[in-house]
Amino acid sequence: MSKNRVVITGQGTINPIGSSVSETWDGMSSGRCAIGPLDIEDLDRLSIRIGGQVEGYVPEDHFTRQELALYDRFTQFALIAAGEALDDAGITLDDRLADKCGVVIGTAGGGLNTWNSSYRAVYAEGKNRVHPFVVPKLMNNAAASHISMTFTLRGPSFSVSTACASSNHAIGLAFGMVRDGTTPVMLTGGSESMLCFGGIKAWEALRVMSSDTCRPFSANRSGMVQGEGAAVFVLEEREHALARNACIIAEVLGFCMTSDAGDIVVPSKDGAARAMSGAIGDAGIDPESIGYINAHGTGTVANDRTECMAIIEVFGDHADRLMLSSTKSMHGHLIGGTGAVELLACTLALKRGVIAPTIGFQAPDPECPLDVVPNEARQASVSHVMSNAFAFGGLNAVLVLGSSD
Amino acid sequence: MTSSTYQAIADIIAEHALLDVGLVKPDTTVDELGLDSLGMVETLFAIEELFDISIPFNASDIENNSFDTSTVATIVAGVEELLSLKDN
Repeated sequence: MSKNRVVITGQGTINPIGSSVSETWDGMSSGRCAIGPLDIEDLDRLSIRIGGQVEGYVPEDHFTRQELALYDRFTQFALIAAGEALDDAGITLDDRLADKCGVVIGTAGGGLNTWNSSYRAVYAEGKNRVHPFVVPKLMNNAAASHISMTFTLRGPSFSVSTACASSNHAIGLAFGMVRDGTTPVMLTGGSESMLCFGGIKAWEALRVMSSDTCRPFSANRSGMVQGEGAAVFVLEEREHALARNACIIAEVLGFCMTSDAGDIVVPSKDGAARAMSGAIGDAGIDPESIGYINAHGTGTVANDRTECMAIIEVFGDHADRLMLSSTKSMHGHLIGGTGAVELLACTLALKRGVIAPTIGFQAPDPECPLDVVPNEARQASVSHVMSNAFAFGGLNAVLVLGSSD
Repeated sequence: MTSSTYQAIADIIAEHALLDVGLVKPDTTVDELGLDSLGMVETLFAIEELFDISIPFNASDIENNSFDTSTVATIVAGVEELLSLKDN
């Protein structure tokens, strides 16, 4: 059976850099740093006090009181992103389409703010009851379910959880369903909001967080910085999109998932390399076609070094010619939502010919000897791009996109 | 170095490195202990819990850490300094 071609016809986001795709694209193009002091409850008990928060966000501007009773912050972000993506796609979901179209959302922690405030209520404040909607609010599938309900999507919908690769896995699985003809249209992406006391306290204990900022690939990098946010995409079968004169943003060409089967937190060069090679093979292109890679690039010593070694192994001499950047330097590590927001850097590259920079770069690391587009965005025409996600637990997911031309 | 502080830390390190405590000597290095990065953060957590201190240590910024984890003796010295700051 031949595979369908799959294109992106809509995108939406809310993240630390911007509350829409155009704000995010502009911010990425200008190297905007959205990492700053955190404004959250119990900040005084945290050692790590920086992060990428969605600025100026007032939930009541977007949702009613009854809706907010059911929507954890991660669900709110996902809904806002999904709404923008559907508007962007300009697609009318008639009954026939609505029956087929589903939504796959990646998230690592789901309703963590709800967990956090509920535990605070019962343990710290000694309360003996919690809000009746706590379960449906915190469940990992809440974002996917509410997107399905709000936009009347009655097709296959679920949540994917693979730590920092959740979004890429989600997008890859949705891609597969459109490619194999299960459905002509899917919504997909990721969302995370872990910037609460419990969420940050847990990450502090791993001792991989920087109290300075996120400087991927820099010799003086000192760890990761967390962010929050969501991005959602409309994936559509290409003929279906052309038939309705949809604006095609990019084409999804390949996807590969691998497992390190190694350490629970330390990344493996082999697992990463196999995922990248696999995605290139799945896309049916030569490695030399890849002009830009949006790196996993967390800013930890381990990831950035291992990722560069894996890229050199996969691309050989071409590794010196391609561009690589980590937008986590601007928006932070959005954990389960990061791959989705980072895919916007890929569509920015393909659609506008702008390569987002790795900001905060201060000194080259001999173990990361690649062109990391330091500090300033670059104009460049690329035909194919790659997005990497290498997660805790050794779960890797890589996407390859191509230009819509 | 206080003998009881040293012994408590040596016991914790031995437990997390899965070694007989007799093999944990003051000049034993982290590599010799076979402690990987997760093993180190677990060890530091256990020490923090026991002594009720907060150890400043970033696994991504080892060269700039004020708390020296290179040998058992440097770890003990670091803990003793944090304890003396706590008492003051």
